[in-house]
Formats: sequence, structure tokens, C-alpha cells
Amino acid sequence: MAQIECEDLTLGYEGKTVLSHLTFSVEAGDYLCIVGENGSGKTTLMKTLLGLCRPLSGAVRFGDGVKKNEIGYLPQQTAVQRDFPASVGEIVLSGCVGRCRTPFYGKKERALAEEQIERLGLLPLRDRCYRELSGGQQQRALLARALCATRRLLLLDEPVAGLDPQMTEEMYAIVEELNRRHGITVLMITHDLAAARRYATRVLHIGGEIFFGTREEYLARGKEGENRD
Amino acid sequence: MTEWLTRLGEYLAIPMVRRALIVGTMIALCSALLGVTLVLRRFSFIGDGLSHTAFGALAVAAVLHLSNEMLLVLPVTVLCAVLLLGAGKNKKTSGDASVAMLSVGAMAFGYLLLNLFPASGNVAGDVCSSLFGSTSILTLSRTEVALCVVLSVLVLAAFVLLYRRLFAVTFDAGFAEASGVHVGFYNLLIAVVSAVIIVLAMNLVGSLLVSALLIFPALSAMRVYRSFLGVTVCAGILSVVCTLFGILASILFNTPVGATVVAADVLAYFLFVLIGRLKKS
Repeated sequence: MAQIECEDLTLGYEGKTVLSHLTFSVEAGDYLCIVGENGSGKTTLMKTLLGLCRPLSGAVRFGDGVKKNEIGYLPQQTAVQRDFPASVGEIVLSGCVGRCRTPFYGKKERALAEEQIERLGLLPLRDRCYRELSGGQQQRALLARALCATRRLLLLDEPVAGLDPQMTEEMYAIVEELNRRHGITVLMITHDLAAARRYATRVLHIGGEIFFGTREEYLARGKEGENRD
Repeated sequence: MTEWLTRLGEYLAIPMVRRALIVGTMIALCSALLGVTLVLRRFSFIGDGLSHTAFGALAVAAVLHLSNEMLLVLPVTVLCAVLLLGAGKNKKTSGDASVAMLSVGAMAFGYLLLNLFPASGNVAGDVCSSLFGSTSILTLSRTEVALCVVLSVLVLAAFVLLYRRLFAVTFDAGFAEASGVHVGFYNLLIAVVSAVIIVLAMNLVGSLLVSALLIFPALSAMRVYRSFLGVTVCAGILSVVCTLFGILASILFNTPVGATVVAADVLAYFLFVLIGRLKKS
């Protein structure tokens, strides 16, 4: 069974439709890139998947043991975060906020956070202040936080925005490893079509003509487009 | 020096002074803890706006000759806080403009009312004492002290119990919401608690100086500490130290309480800036 199934989704806000009749599904282990122009509804789609927004019609179903608030979410950075006085350890641990009902984090949560810190090579940075890190290190910390919230499904919103080419490569390599080696399903919103062609197993293109298919189909479609031009 | 200490001992024997110190400590602690969240969420100005609103409400209470002003001031300020923080979330542009409008509007109407329907012969004195606090902290009744302590304890308990959710909401509301935290509820809670603390703190420093109590300890702590816990704890301690120092100094040197407390906070800020620089180099 698919981890996420979207059926005939129509999305919008304040009565305005931004995206209609969207049907796609995400299987375990997929690396799905969501591409499309600004304003095509990528962010709205993401918010709908996270349950922050209700679809105008249609349904989002979770399956295969994935629950709605168990998606590891890597949002775009906000201005508030850039100079936030918090250590990397505190931020990663805050990824457990949804899974813990007691007032304080317990041993289990701390161990989980520690595991993610180690996995992303953040051990030497654990007590460093978030605002003193480079852009790439900050993204790694946020990715570790997202991994605390999930074991199976990551949703990344333009994870390389504002990173320099070297950090971008590094970030893509980390995500690829999480996907290939650890079997974590990845949904990535991106403007970087080259990355979509290189890493995705499936591509969802929204805005104008909706396309959903495997990477090969997307590449073939791209070639067709080029020939037509 | 010994003379000062003897005088201090004499003052501490007075119940009124002891009460002022207890209330001052509680208010200082609460306002500093809340201030960390407010400063980080870019709501530094909210304290100013709400305290000016509270001044307006206080004027209305005085004109109506209410025996317990809190009964009117507290609900009005809470309502404004909910409106301001709630509106700031949905419509980004109107946030600071509505704070500015509300605060000057309330000030103007408050002063106008006090002059049109003077509650006592000394309007200027009344206004000055609600703006700058004067000695109201030293003249608190037992009930007021009890109310202050109860509300402060509630705020502290809420802060400790909800600490990790507050951190998540402050750092990244979107992520927190996606993890199933009810961000709207916490925003509302922060709004209500801000209003309560501001109304309490007006007794200490008056409505013009309240926001100093909220923001200075947090800003000072951020200069030196690099973790959220460190900043929070340091802001709390620093605020209490400055407030106690300010109250005692004002008694010893016969200066206005509110201004002395805030001056201590400002001096501490520059001290922390210096320490922060030294630590870096």
C-alpha cells in the first residue's frame, strides 16, 4: 500500500483555486521531486500533506503505517531562526515535540535526538549556537530535527535555497543517502530541475499541465519538449 | 557602608518593603521569561502597546471610581493582547501598525478622560504615577500582593510545564504545527500571559517603562548565552537581581522605583554587551 495517496485533490485558499484534480501516490522508498513555477501551489500542496491546510475537495490518505503528524518536515528557514539563540542539541531535540506527551523530554527522546545528531555528523556542533553555523550546517541541524519526527517519510521544502554550490551538493548527498541507504521516503519541493532529473525516482510537475510519473518518463517528456521547441 | 546596611536592615523590617520585594521578584521573573519568547518572535513592541492600553483602561477605572481597578484593567488588556497577537499572525502588514495605533489612541483617550472627569484634585500627579509607577509598589494592599503572587506562580508553572512546546513554537511555528502542536492555542496563551504580566508589572514600573522589564533581561542574556535554556535562565536571574537592586537602591537614595529598576536593567545590558565581546575575542 502507498504511504501517501492523493485523490482528485483541489487546493486553494480564501475560495481561490490554485490547483485542481491532482492525483498521485507515494510509495515507500520513493524520491519524489515536486517541481513547478512560483505560485503553482507547491507550498499549498505541502501544507495540505502536513495537515496545516484543508483541501477544497478530494482526499489525502496515509497508509503503510505512516500517520499524519509523523512526517519529518524541513521547512524553509525564517528570519526569526537566523539569529536564534539555541544550541544544535536543543533544536534537534525539539523534533520530538509531537511524539512526547509529558512536560519534559524523556530518555527515549534524548536517545533518538542523539542518534540523528550522530547520523548527520553534527556531534562536534551539538553545543554550538545555531546562529553561528553556516547555512549548510543549519540545514543539517533542521534535517536532523525532521528525522526525530519520523522514521519513514521526509518532506523537504526547497532544502538548498540559499546554499552555495558545495553545500548544495553536500545536502543532496545526505538526502540521497537517507533515501537509498536508510529507505526513507523523500518528498522534495525544488526549483532545481537538474537535481530532479538526477535524484528523483518520480517527478510531480504542477502548474499549467500536471505531470506525474517516473524519472524516465519525465526525462522523455523533457526531450519531447526540447524537440518541439 | 555599614551605615547603609543598618538603614537597609531597618527598611527590611517594614512589612511594606518586604511585600514590595516579594512582588518585585515575582514580576521580574515572569516578565523576563516571557520576554525571551516575545523578543525572539519579534514582538518586542507588544509590551509597549499593551501597557499603554492598560493606561487607558486605568484612566477609565479611575473616572468610574472603581475600588479595584484590576477588575477592569486586566480584562481590557487581555482582550487587546488577543486581538493584537491574533491579528499579527494572519495579516503581517498590520501587526506593528495596529500596535502603534492602539497604544497612542489609548494614551490619548486615557489622558483626555482623566482631565474631563478628574478623579482627584491632582490629575498631573495621578497621571505621572500611572505612567512611571512612582511608589505604588510600596503601597500595595495584602489582597493585591496575594493576587500578584498567585498570578505569577501560575505563569511560572505554565512556563515550566509548557517549556518544550514554547520552544518549538517560538523557533518554528510551522514545524511545531506539523508535529501536532496546537500553535494557535499557544499564541493565545502567550497573548493572555503577556497582558497579565504587563498589568502586574505596571505596579512596579508604571506603564511607560513596562516593556523595559520584558525586553532588557532577554536581550542582555542573548548577548552572552548561546542556548535557549541558558538565555531563559540567565534572563530570569538577571531580571530578579536588577529589580531587587533597583527597589533597594530607590529606597536608600529616595529615587523613583520604576526608573531605578529600569536603569539597573539598562546598565546590566551594557555590562552583558561587554562580557559578550570579551567572550568572543
